[in-house]
Amino acid sequence: MALDLQDLSVTPKDATRPLFAPLRLRVTAAEVVTVMGPSGVGKSTLLDAIAGHLPPGFRLQGSVSLDGRDVTTLPAEARGIGVMFQDAVMFPHLSVGDNLAFGLTAAVKGRAARRKAVEAALDTAGLAGFYARDPATLSGGQRARAALMRTLLAAPKALLLDEPFSRLDASLRAEIRGFVFDHARARGLPVLLVTHDSEDAAAAAGPVVTL
Amino acid sequence: MNHEGRALRRIVLALVLGGVVLPILAGSLQTLRAAFGVHEALRGGGYSLAAWEKLASLPGFATSLRLTLVSGVGSSVVALVLAVGLCALVHGRMDEARSNRLLTPILAVPHAALAIGLAFLIAPAGWLARLLATLMGWQSPPLIASVNDSWGAALTGGLVVKELPFLLLVMVAALGQVPVAKHLAAGQALGYGRGAIWLKLIMPQVWPLIRLPVLVVQAYALSSVDMAIILGPSNPPTLAVAVTRWLSDPDLSMIYPASAGALLVAAIVVLGSLGWLAAERLAASLGLLWLTRGQRGGRAAAGLLRFAGGTAMAALIVGLMSLVVLVLWSFAFRWSFPAPLPASWTLQSWAAPQMGWGRAAVYSLGLGVAVTALSVALAVAWLEAEDRGGMGRAGWAQGLIYLPLLLPQIAFLYGLNLLFLRLGLSGGLVAVIWAQGLFVFPYVMIALSEPWRALDPRLIRSAASLGAGPNRRLFRIKLPALLGPVLTAAAIGFAVSIAQYLPTLFMGAGRIATLTTEAVTLSSGSDRRVIGTYAVLQAALPFAAYGLALVVPRLLYRNRRALRGGY
Repeated sequence: MALDLQDLSVTPKDATRPLFAPLRLRVTAAEVVTVMGPSGVGKSTLLDAIAGHLPPGFRLQGSVSLDGRDVTTLPAEARGIGVMFQDAVMFPHLSVGDNLAFGLTAAVKGRAARRKAVEAALDTAGLAGFYARDPATLSGGQRARAALMRTLLAAPKALLLDEPFSRLDASLRAEIRGFVFDHARARGLPVLLVTHDSEDAAAAAGPVVTL
Repeated sequence: MNHEGRALRRIVLALVLGGVVLPILAGSLQTLRAAFGVHEALRGGGYSLAAWEKLASLPGFATSLRLTLVSGVGSSVVALVLAVGLCALVHGRMDEARSNRLLTPILAVPHAALAIGLAFLIAPAGWLARLLATLMGWQSPPLIASVNDSWGAALTGGLVVKELPFLLLVMVAALGQVPVAKHLAAGQALGYGRGAIWLKLIMPQVWPLIRLPVLVVQAYALSSVDMAIILGPSNPPTLAVAVTRWLSDPDLSMIYPASAGALLVAAIVVLGSLGWLAAERLAASLGLLWLTRGQRGGRAAAGLLRFAGGTAMAALIVGLMSLVVLVLWSFAFRWSFPAPLPASWTLQSWAAPQMGWGRAAVYSLGLGVAVTALSVALAVAWLEAEDRGGMGRAGWAQGLIYLPLLLPQIAFLYGLNLLFLRLGLSGGLVAVIWAQGLFVFPYVMIALSEPWRALDPRLIRSAASLGAGPNRRLFRIKLPALLGPVLTAAAIGFAVSIAQYLPTLFMGAGRIATLTTEAVTLSSGSDRRVIGTYAVLQAALPFAAYGLALVVPRLLYRNRRALRGGY
């Protein structure tokens, strides 16, 4: 598995110049590539471009491909690229378990099997018995672990991390970081991490790209 | 934009153009033609100005015109001044949720029910006189025409009482977007008083946000029929009421001057709106002179604002008392003049739905549910099409939403009914649902747009990145997360539907009697106990809808902290 960016650049609406120089990058299986740069340089826009979330009017040059398949023109839901956002947003109307079940790929069939897969994921995240919990009552660390599990249950072929650790307490950050990286590596996912924290980059122990 | 997005966009555009804009244009065109002497069914002559000459020569025309202008423009100006005064008085002392709870009863109650309650309150032998009689020792009602007075004062007051809560609601929302506390502090540091700061600094920022609602209020006030029948003078009545009467005159040739009159009402509404815009320009340039002169005093302004605020409070209390007196009368058995409360009570009229209110309530409820369901579905489709198209709302689209509210109903509903007659729809439920929808849809759309856009976009992106397509995102994420706002918009739409008078009267061709049409018909001279029953029911249906919109999300989401607050 590999995520390939070929000369990717994005020009915002009403702008004449692209946000960053054309980016050529290959993230291989189980590798974490870190993208760093000051705020406002377009790090999040880069992730939006890769995941398929660019706001209307933004122009994209170059291409994104996953395992050799060009996904540049596909809608976000057809790309197979998982995203974790800064605040680990949970769907507020669904219980923690139903949040995960929403993410779980449709390839797992049957009520019992699906329930089992979600319970197992909750267990892995140290959230056993949390199926019926209101997501609004989770702590920051619990929410981050639940959001990662929800993302992984969708069986993505690559993972994008948009500063997912920056809002966590310093004491919690290392633990969650290790949890996310371990699970991504265990599945052999190519991971692209956007951050402005150099500790994140050091922990990722992969190539660092500066925008 | 994907294919599905484009298809949905086209469907919504076709529905809005064909279902809302086209009927209004076609109806207006019919009115326009009849006003100039052309009417298919009557086979009159060609184009002529005879209708206008006839209109001008009808007895009472000049008085009707004056009444319309005084009550329509007067009530909107007064309601705006009172709203500004009350906001200046209580701002910072009352949070938004609490003020909304106070305003909701008068907002939700249909115009006709409030007008009937007000008549019960301020009539010579009304509740107010009865309360005063005990204090003053009156034995018989005072001899003044306090309702249906020839000046239109009762009508103007009624319009103020009904429109004030609406203006307060939009002002409170607008004030939320202005850093009022900071401006107050900055202004006071420069030596300005509170009143001067409100007029010189806050209002210029608030006005652009409430301009459109003020125009909607004035358009309604200039063309209201139900409130004017109940509270206004009857001979001659306001122009809109006169036109409604002429349209149902046995002499069919009255349709020509009636159409000319309807067109005149439309012209007055348009000119009235332009008047506000001109006043805005004038106030902007004169106000700037006043503002830059640096006069700190503003004691007069502060006094005026305080007076307006106090009057607004009184108006709200009058509104609430009007609702109470409706309930009293619907349960009263013996209630002779000076007694402040009924001497004996009865369930007589409530126990007899077969007297007519049972059937009318079923019609009101059924129509309300149908119109609201269709309007909410169209509004959701519109908002979803905007999302999928990935573009904001164009100015013309926003204009389309407001169009039915900025034009007087009388100007196009009669013409539209002529078209429905030809299509064989008139007198049927479809025609009434369609006509009510013209006014319910805009309110649903306005109520739902803001919360829809405020939904956290990361929820939708997360769902998409988990593999959920557009439909799954809509039905599994957006609609459930927006349940509270959707139900609130539905409750508002339902209340608007219950309140509709002219669309039901014209399109129902007298065959469909709702609580509102019956209440207006009965209001002149029927038994107060019966009228009270109709009016209470008329108010109770919207209250129940608002209650459901409040309770259902709390029950369903009692274990979902993030969704419990707010609504």
